[in-house]
Amino acid sequence: MSVEAREARQPWILLSPALGAVALLLLVPLMFIVVYSFWLRSAMGADTVGFYLDNWQKTLTDRFYRDILLNTLKIAAITTVICALMGYPAAYFIARSRSNKMVLLLLLMLPFWISYIIRTMSWINILGTSGALNSLLMSLGIISEPIQMLYNEATVILGLVHFLLPFMVLNVYVSLEGIDTNLEDAANSLGATRWQAFTQVTLPLSLPGLAAGGLLCFVLGAGTYITPVILGGPRDAMFANLVFEAIITQLNWPLGSALSLLLLIVLGLLVAIYNRYLGMAQLAKGLG
Amino acid sequence: MSAVTLKNIVKRFGTFTAVHRTTLEIPEGAFVTLLGPSGCGKTTNLRMIAGLLDPTEGEILIGGKRVNDVPIHKRNLGLVFQNYALFPHKTVAENVAFGLKYRNVTKSEIAAKVRDALDLVQLPHVGDRYPKELSGGQQQRIALARAIVIEPDVLLLDEPLSALDANLREDMRVELKRIQERIGVTTVFVTHDQSEALALSDLIVVMSEGRVEQVGKPEEVYNTPASEFVANFLGASNISEGRCIEHGATIVVEDAVFGRVTVPAAKAPNLTGTGKAKLVVRAEKLLLSKAPAPAGVISVPATVETVDYQGQAVRYFVRAGEVQLQAINMIDDHPFAAGEAVHLHLRPQDCAALPG
Repeated sequence: MSVEAREARQPWILLSPALGAVALLLLVPLMFIVVYSFWLRSAMGADTVGFYLDNWQKTLTDRFYRDILLNTLKIAAITTVICALMGYPAAYFIARSRSNKMVLLLLLMLPFWISYIIRTMSWINILGTSGALNSLLMSLGIISEPIQMLYNEATVILGLVHFLLPFMVLNVYVSLEGIDTNLEDAANSLGATRWQAFTQVTLPLSLPGLAAGGLLCFVLGAGTYITPVILGGPRDAMFANLVFEAIITQLNWPLGSALSLLLLIVLGLLVAIYNRYLGMAQLAKGLG
Repeated sequence: MSAVTLKNIVKRFGTFTAVHRTTLEIPEGAFVTLLGPSGCGKTTNLRMIAGLLDPTEGEILIGGKRVNDVPIHKRNLGLVFQNYALFPHKTVAENVAFGLKYRNVTKSEIAAKVRDALDLVQLPHVGDRYPKELSGGQQQRIALARAIVIEPDVLLLDEPLSALDANLREDMRVELKRIQERIGVTTVFVTHDQSEALALSDLIVVMSEGRVEQVGKPEEVYNTPASEFVANFLGASNISEGRCIEHGATIVVEDAVFGRVTVPAAKAPNLTGTGKAKLVVRAEKLLLSKAPAPAGVISVPATVETVDYQGQAVRYFVRAGEVQLQAINMIDDHPFAAGEAVHLHLRPQDCAALPG
């Protein structure tokens, strides 16, 4: 074997365990889901094997599904915008701090050491009718009866922001770290105020990081299942909850498969658009 | 009037003092170099003039006005960095035009000024390109154009040539001098490279460990170093402990190798009287020869130990008795070989003396 051929093979040898795992645990089950989505669930509860478009027709035309899909995308979009507005200043502060940068980054990672479910449930202790906030307001005499603050769209968004903010901060931080601080100094020396230097130089150069963080927040937010269950009301179901409902509660695997594939396609398109304009390299940077 | 004045400037970072009490006058239109090894405080001084750092104590005046409380964007200074610091997302023309946007300049004037600036740095056709499409030397020219197009009161250059290749660096050095003379802007240049400092400067400020060691014209600091540090930092010198035995109409220093040397008074300005003194002999003033010395020239026998051949010049390490000396000689032909016995010729008027 020539040297070139051997060198060309080497990355594939190193990648094969990971590729094997991904193929076996992700691609193969996904293929099953695709096949399932064309089966039909009969009235007796048994699945009819075949090629039926009924599930897809229902998924794509039923107003109920469409509304929840749009609402899911709306909640993900609001969450992403809030994460960007809150995360950018934090990332900027960390990137520009000199001595305690590592401590700040560690603090940013700290929430990941606690289960996402526990973190989400902690809001019940804060906002619940017997939670910290209500107790405080009552002891201050501002209210006489506890207010129901939980189980609405706002608390779902709150929980998602709590979950996704570190992803935004990390991505923006990485892109800010890559910007030479002399650039702001140069802009200042040329007559730009600090704000002008920021909007003219730093912000445009950090947009790829902001976009990468935004994509992650949006995709993870739109696919969320736990947060609406814990912090949402009966009318705050998101799309992943429909999939759960169809598959686990109704045992309607064909319909659940079609629904989950629809969400996958919508979010996949978004990633494809991102990749077309910004490339996946930036996302890899932010995750590394 | 001085373009820039540092008055009793002190800069501390926590417990570390980067700049000890320094007072410095930078004359209008002059090319002044802050020269010294890394960590000597030269860049700290430059950044304080720029407004990127605030002095802990003291005053900074630009054009006679105190600027301690004037933010950087109102100081009207041109700043050039070692790593160019061009805006990567803007074209060359947008980079050069950047500072003009914050001044009352019309669009057509901006275009004309950008064109003139690019002509001045001899890169008239790159306006539409992005910085990364240019070579390092070209990028540094653009950075210079961006700094001078705003007609700054002072041009501040922070090791602008250090990132360039050796050949390019020498070309840029000539170019920099040409442009500075052409526009006549007061320039403060920071470098650790003595040849850059000697070639470019009207005035050199030699710094060490946060203190100014000497301020003078290039030939002054080179020929009459005010301290052992300056003598060693600028070029190679042989410095030996000796005694000043006569300090009057003539100054005579007695040295272990060269005996009694009559040092010109101009070259021993800091020597106040007889007693301990140091004799400074520049490596290139020590001539190796087979022939005996002419009258008035000191001659000492020595043996060549190491030969460092550099083409047109050669650096010898020679031994005269117990002492090893360094000599840099221009040569036409073959250098002396290691082990050869030679005479060291030294003209007394080429020696300098420092207090011991």
